[in-house]
Amino acid sequence: MAIRSEFSTPQSLKRRLRNFKESLIGLSLFLCALSSVLITFGVIYTLISEALPFFKDVSLKNFILDREWTPLFENPQYGILTLMSGTFLTTAIALTIAIPLGTVAAVFLSEYCSHRAREIFKPLLELLAAVPTVVYGYFALLFITPLLQKIIPSLESFNALSAGLVMGIMIIPYISSLSEDAMRAVPLHLREGSLAMGASKLQTSFNVIVPAAFSGIASAYVLGISRALGETMVVAIAAGLQPRLSLNPLESTQTLTAYIVQVSMGDLPQGSIGYRTIYVAGLVLLILTLTFNLIGQNIRARMENKYK
Amino acid sequence: MSSTSSRQINLKTQIEKLKRQDMFFWFVGLITLAFALLTLLSLIADMAMTGWPRISQSFFFSFPSRFPDKAGIYSAWVGSFCVVLVTSLMAIPLGIASGVYLEEYAKKNIWTKLIELNILNLAGIPSITYGLMALGFFVYRMHLGQSILTAGMTLGLLVLPIIIVTTREAIRTIPSHIREASYSLGATKWQTIHNHILPYSSGGIMTGVVIALSRAIGETAPLITVGALTFIAFLPSSPMDPYTVLPIQMFNWVSRPQEEFHINAAAAGLVLLTMTLFLNGTAIYIRYLFRKKYKW
Repeated sequence: MAIRSEFSTPQSLKRRLRNFKESLIGLSLFLCALSSVLITFGVIYTLISEALPFFKDVSLKNFILDREWTPLFENPQYGILTLMSGTFLTTAIALTIAIPLGTVAAVFLSEYCSHRAREIFKPLLELLAAVPTVVYGYFALLFITPLLQKIIPSLESFNALSAGLVMGIMIIPYISSLSEDAMRAVPLHLREGSLAMGASKLQTSFNVIVPAAFSGIASAYVLGISRALGETMVVAIAAGLQPRLSLNPLESTQTLTAYIVQVSMGDLPQGSIGYRTIYVAGLVLLILTLTFNLIGQNIRARMENKYK
Repeated sequence: MSSTSSRQINLKTQIEKLKRQDMFFWFVGLITLAFALLTLLSLIADMAMTGWPRISQSFFFSFPSRFPDKAGIYSAWVGSFCVVLVTSLMAIPLGIASGVYLEEYAKKNIWTKLIELNILNLAGIPSITYGLMALGFFVYRMHLGQSILTAGMTLGLLVLPIIIVTTREAIRTIPSHIREASYSLGATKWQTIHNHILPYSSGGIMTGVVIALSRAIGETAPLITVGALTFIAFLPSSPMDPYTVLPIQMFNWVSRPQEEFHINAAAAGLVLLTMTLFLNGTAIYIRYLFRKKYKW
């Protein structure tokens, strides 16, 4: 009895203190992890609460059906489709560059390169994603546009084409890295089986590996789309500030993001209609990108279940 | 007799055709990579050739000015430095703590799933929406104003997912027998994390931190919405002061019609590009060093 009490009292106090400290650390780490959820709710809440009063002044019908976006004019019109057409136009141009090039680069890196070559090329390609977007904007406006104007003389000095092209080059690494990861996750025996049947590397790549990795590749495309939709500086610098409901890539246009930049550059009192419109544009953008992100994650989760 | 030989010839031409196609695709892949890398190279070369003549000591130590040849980036690079300092103070501890929690503590339940899904989505939303959130919340609701503190916190939120994801990936590469050995010697969970998990994953975590900072330095759009000014002719003396940063200064110069300012923009872009490429190179090097150090 005496031994036991001597053994247990100081020890249990020390142990209880230690357990308390351990659970305190665990709790504070949990709170840190939870903060990211608060950020998401903060973003969604702020955007919705600042954007909603806008719809007291403007009917949803006008918002969707108006064919012009002129909120700061005397006779304001709020046709969101005008800005959305700019966003979709530049995104479409970017994707026609990024999807073929990104896919070819991914197949090449995953199936044709030696391990050594891949270790060199992959980080180099990823540097494309490291360049600040404002630098890409400069490049689009002052290098690509003058270059294209030599081929297409009718090209305006602010245009959707060069902004889209540069954006496409910028998102190549997003698409190629994720696609390559997906292709390399395809089990080796599929590859070997195909080669053993006498198929060439090219046939194996496009008839076996790409279909097997398709959900991963598709999710890479979808994430590339959402990256292009939200890209701001390239389009704000090179695509111009002219909202236009048209799909002509040679003219200037304005995207949702470029509109937010343009309005934020001036001084806007909180609560004014101009201030509300940037939140409306932001909310539309958030809904678009979140939708694409969720689709992409869904496709990818399906792939991960397939090859466990 | 003649039919077998013609089939042999057919097979031979077939194989040769396939080999030719293979070679052709190999060539296409090489050209694709070359095209992407040449674009990067021409971007760097164009910026260097236009901007290099403007790079001088006075360019680094002059304030912005109406006269292009007198304007410099003093307030811009000091501002960038201060903003990134606030960003790191906020995002690095929070990001590493979240990563450690998700890998070492979190049980597999719906809450964990929710946090994970949420981080994936945070990484995917456009940077400008962070700016809108910060304008509504930090600037107007918390009355922090258009200050260095607001800007640093905005970028902190933006790069948080990068740090969380890379921390988790780094911890995941540590085999579980390391943990088991530590527990079997009587170490507590925190002792195990502090003495084993964090040191062994520090290479991966540092890589993530460096990439996150390089992203923060180059980020422009969210700072425009929270009101980074373009004409700041003084140095900030407190975190509540107005500020400008390098990418905003460059954006301002690009947007002007005069060609002289475009030269300034190229010079500022060259400084910015050098910084981000240097940071990314550092990240690749750290990853390489630690991959050699720990082999499980």
